[in-house]
Amino acid sequence: MLWYTGKRLLQIIPVLLGATFLIYFMVFAMPGDPIAALYGDRPPAPGVIDQIRDQYHLNDPFIVQYFYYLIGIFQGDFGVTYSGQPVTEVLARTFPVTIRLAILAIFFEMVAGILVGLISGLRKGGIFDATGLAVSLVLISLPIFVLGFVAQYFLAIQWGWFSPTVGGDPGFVDLILPAIVLATISFAQIVRLTRSSVIETQSLDFVRTAYSKGLTRRRVVPVHILRNSLIPVVTYLGTDFGTLLVGATVTEGIFNVPGVGRTLYQAVLKGEGPTVVSFVTVMVLLYLVVNLLIDLLYAVLDPRIRYA
Amino acid sequence: MKIKRIGVAAIALAAAGALVLTGCTSGGGSEATSPAGDPDAIITTNGSEPQNPLIPTNTTETGGGKIITSLFAGLVAYTADGEIENDVAESIESEDGQHWTVKIKEGQTFTDGSDVTANSFVDAWNYGALFSNAQGSSYFFDNIEGFSYEADSELTGLKVVDDLTFEVTLVAPEADWPLRLGYSAYSPLPEAAFDDMEAFGESPIGNGPYMLAGEDAWVHEEKIDLVTNPDYDGARKPANGGLSIVFYASQDTAYADVLGGNLDVLDAVPDSAFETYEDEFGDRAVNQPAAIFQGFNMPYYLEHWSGEEGELRRAAISMAINRDEITDVIFQGTRTPATDYTSPVIAGWTDKLEGAEVLEYNPEEAKKLWAEADAIAPYGDTVFDLSYNADGGHQAWVDAVVNSIANTLGIQAVGKPYPTFAAALDDRTNDKLTGGTRAGWQGDYPSMYNFLAPLYQTGAGSNYEDYSSEEFDNLLKEGGLAASVEDATAIYQQAQEVLLKDLPAIPLWYSNVTGVSADTVDNVVFGWDSVPLYHQITKG
Amino acid sequence: MPDTSSSKPRIEHYVAPLEETPLAAIDSVKTEGKPSNLWIDAWHDLRRRPMFWISSALILIIVFVALFPGLFTNESPNEGCQLANSNGAPVPGHPLGFTRQGCDVFARIVYGAGTSLSVGIIVTILVFTLGVLFGAFAGYYGGWVDGVLSRVGDIFFSIPYILAAVVIMSVLANYRSVWVISLAIGVFAWPATARVLRSEILRVKNSDFVTAATAIGVSRFKILWAHVVPNSIAPVIVIATISLAGAIVAEATLSFLGVGLPSTFMSWGNDIAQAQTTLRTAPQVLIYPSIALSLTVFSFIMLGEVVRDALDPKARAQR
Repeated sequence: MLWYTGKRLLQIIPVLLGATFLIYFMVFAMPGDPIAALYGDRPPAPGVIDQIRDQYHLNDPFIVQYFYYLIGIFQGDFGVTYSGQPVTEVLARTFPVTIRLAILAIFFEMVAGILVGLISGLRKGGIFDATGLAVSLVLISLPIFVLGFVAQYFLAIQWGWFSPTVGGDPGFVDLILPAIVLATISFAQIVRLTRSSVIETQSLDFVRTAYSKGLTRRRVVPVHILRNSLIPVVTYLGTDFGTLLVGATVTEGIFNVPGVGRTLYQAVLKGEGPTVVSFVTVMVLLYLVVNLLIDLLYAVLDPRIRYA
Repeated sequence: MKIKRIGVAAIALAAAGALVLTGCTSGGGSEATSPAGDPDAIITTNGSEPQNPLIPTNTTETGGGKIITSLFAGLVAYTADGEIENDVAESIESEDGQHWTVKIKEGQTFTDGSDVTANSFVDAWNYGALFSNAQGSSYFFDNIEGFSYEADSELTGLKVVDDLTFEVTLVAPEADWPLRLGYSAYSPLPEAAFDDMEAFGESPIGNGPYMLAGEDAWVHEEKIDLVTNPDYDGARKPANGGLSIVFYASQDTAYADVLGGNLDVLDAVPDSAFETYEDEFGDRAVNQPAAIFQGFNMPYYLEHWSGEEGELRRAAISMAINRDEITDVIFQGTRTPATDYTSPVIAGWTDKLEGAEVLEYNPEEAKKLWAEADAIAPYGDTVFDLSYNADGGHQAWVDAVVNSIANTLGIQAVGKPYPTFAAALDDRTNDKLTGGTRAGWQGDYPSMYNFLAPLYQTGAGSNYEDYSSEEFDNLLKEGGLAASVEDATAIYQQAQEVLLKDLPAIPLWYSNVTGVSADTVDNVVFGWDSVPLYHQITKG
Repeated sequence: MPDTSSSKPRIEHYVAPLEETPLAAIDSVKTEGKPSNLWIDAWHDLRRRPMFWISSALILIIVFVALFPGLFTNESPNEGCQLANSNGAPVPGHPLGFTRQGCDVFARIVYGAGTSLSVGIIVTILVFTLGVLFGAFAGYYGGWVDGVLSRVGDIFFSIPYILAAVVIMSVLANYRSVWVISLAIGVFAWPATARVLRSEILRVKNSDFVTAATAIGVSRFKILWAHVVPNSIAPVIVIATISLAGAIVAEATLSFLGVGLPSTFMSWGNDIAQAQTTLRTAPQVLIYPSIALSLTVFSFIMLGEVVRDALDPKARAQR
């Protein structure tokens, strides 16, 4: 187990290099001069743009630029944004917010999704199953920006249950509405996954054994069926964590949450290499650690899986 | 030009402020007779994260501009209708329009206690103009003697006479030079600024109506808190206790906050609310023309778009667009169809220019001119495209414009989105457009010259499509030398008639300022530059 | 791998040798007929399910509309849009009214079917293929193969696909097409599928039937594709059908973010994104393409569901 964990931690390095290189290359390939665009329709004096490009190494070839950032990152220097703020400050400001949002969203989608999925699976073909399917279909087929605006308009503005926007340094309570909206992206996936997994598990021998040795439904369902149905769901949640971090792009925009999604999206549009690479670095780290934990969790959920 | 930066629900040019025309008071809730209000009340309003540290000469976008204008007081301030009144200045005088003597009021201080002197201006302007300081607004000083675009050089045209007086020598006479001086780039800086400009930009020390509310007043990406500067005694004495400028990534979000009662004043209604904001806010909604001109340009390097053929086609296209219907349906009356190349809030604006009929919808004439152009060289099946940056909320009107053109002329016309402003700009500067391009201009200071020279003068910075007309250039020069502002106006109008003939840009409409305010505040009046006159707002 | 456990235990109650009972006929192996396999069994099962026929019929109709839009409407969707009709109510000849630009809503939906469906299908195929290949090899072979494939997956997965799609669409702005947008969405979306399949395979590969197959000398490669993958594929099919929906919606989100297909392409996503600004004043313009989207999503998810059930012998045996 320890050896496995250590090996996985080592594997983070190539992924980190690959991901940052990939994203840096893509941002580099984006058309347009990010510095010139900072000034809009009215260009500054001709020398100004060039001096600023030099400052950000933008006049160097792609690979040289990439190494500048890489070296900086290993020295703990994440560079500065085009607005002159140290990227570390931006990271420290945005990640806690988005992580809070993501945890809350995962909590909502897990509780609601697994519950609905479980009941649908147990009563396959029943009314609850059909309703659950209908609801999750509607949620799947509504783009999040539509859902976000509708939720904001009705729940916050018309009925006043929530504040329409979040603003700076939000706590968990402030983030409830955006988290619910964010959770709907994956809610349907989790319902379908749980449902099909429950149906499959239900027909397995050990479940029948459990029933036949006289265990009650109340014991069999949570202990035998649910626990054994959770592997694909837990995997999905792990992969979903990454999506939530930046899948929050639209949601964070609608509710004015000063988090990673909004900031990173802006940085991408502005072609801010240093900011984008730094954000992706931290995201990769987070994502890999979360998924390592999930892989270790498999062994807990299913004793047949062993890590040598 | 102030650039709007917009966020996810990109609503770019919606961020307009408004201005009150002379003789045209803004909507209710802003009458001068409203109650005095609580002098300690903090007004909350929308803004966006400044793109640069708050250094006056390096702040070129509206997000930072709004804050700079509140923190600093320049020589003059603008009234709601774009007139200037002395703020820090005692007098600004000149005999010939080229040599100016500026006297400033005695006893004014920065919030760190140091005095506002002639040096505060001269040093600040020199800093802003110096080549190696790479300041975004350096070109504002290019008409002062000694300015250089290539190397570091002192502004020799600035001379300190005594503590409260300095002289300015311009490279050429400019009758309306003082009109510029209310722009934020001309703000003074305290001595402390020059020790560490970067640090200064994080917590600026100003001399304006407001100051930062302490060390941590600026919370990045979130808000900035300003409180009244008790020592300020200029033209903009605040009637409230301070401002809390909340940064929004999208106007939709900010609008939701005003509706939800979380925000007092919003200076830009998102287009998703165009249809409803007047119902929702009644007389607390404002919709007035602003100093923003919008149109589109047809590059001269494209086949079919140069020479006589190009002239005919430009006129035909212009007359094929139903501006009234588009401003009505798509913009719900939040744009005003254009009749010239400036804006109704600029002194000298008119709808009586010779040749202005080319801006009216006239399908028969459009078809006729198009056919005449076809006789020179057939247009064939070429698809007409109009490019825009998709991150600016332009799609709806571009689609409406190309539909109008397609329906009138019977050609295929499509919108061509660029993903970002940067990408669109790149193709413009490199002459790689395949069709028309969106072009907009927001005035830096309330002058006709500012709407004409930077855009259409031969070789000018924002003249991307390389328009060049000797007649136009000469008229501009003549206007600068004119003895009086009235003479200058007449000449600038004449210059626009040249433009209406050549149509280097096809004018579409002026963007209005659309603002709303909650019933918690009164006296909300929008300035000519689309920003509310915050100092006048009362609350409670 | 049929599971016969439900019949075997009963046999053991008979004391008589098997050959002497009438059960011999039942218990014998038909050697002359074709061997039954999972896919054929599944087909026999599918044929009997009404949901299969309903969803297939819906899909066929949608595909037909997508292929021959001209048969369903006389309006050409992008011409003759009159602003005077903006957000207008239905009139004869225009059964669903008009968009903000005054175009015919029905015609745009009919013509949009092709684009949206293509995006959904191409992305799903891409995600499914890449996901199954990477997930199957990684989970089954383990060791360094798993290490390499899973890390490649991690690289792609740690960059959220909407963000990646925004960048790709910006880079390829001049080449926007159905293929490019599908690629932009799909290339970064597959690792989720791979991971789910991998974890299923980790579970299944230790099963008795795999051991049995190994024991009778089936090659590892063949065991993987003939036994392990089919028995692990159920959650992947569910994810694939949902990702089809996700792709069509992602196309809308990209339009909303300004990097979708140009408005000259009719697509439901485009229409939904454009209708969003008038959400409060003219919701019908948003609702119709959403209904089309929902119906399509519904058909594919239902199909995925019944196929999943059919592929799962245990679920089949239950009924």
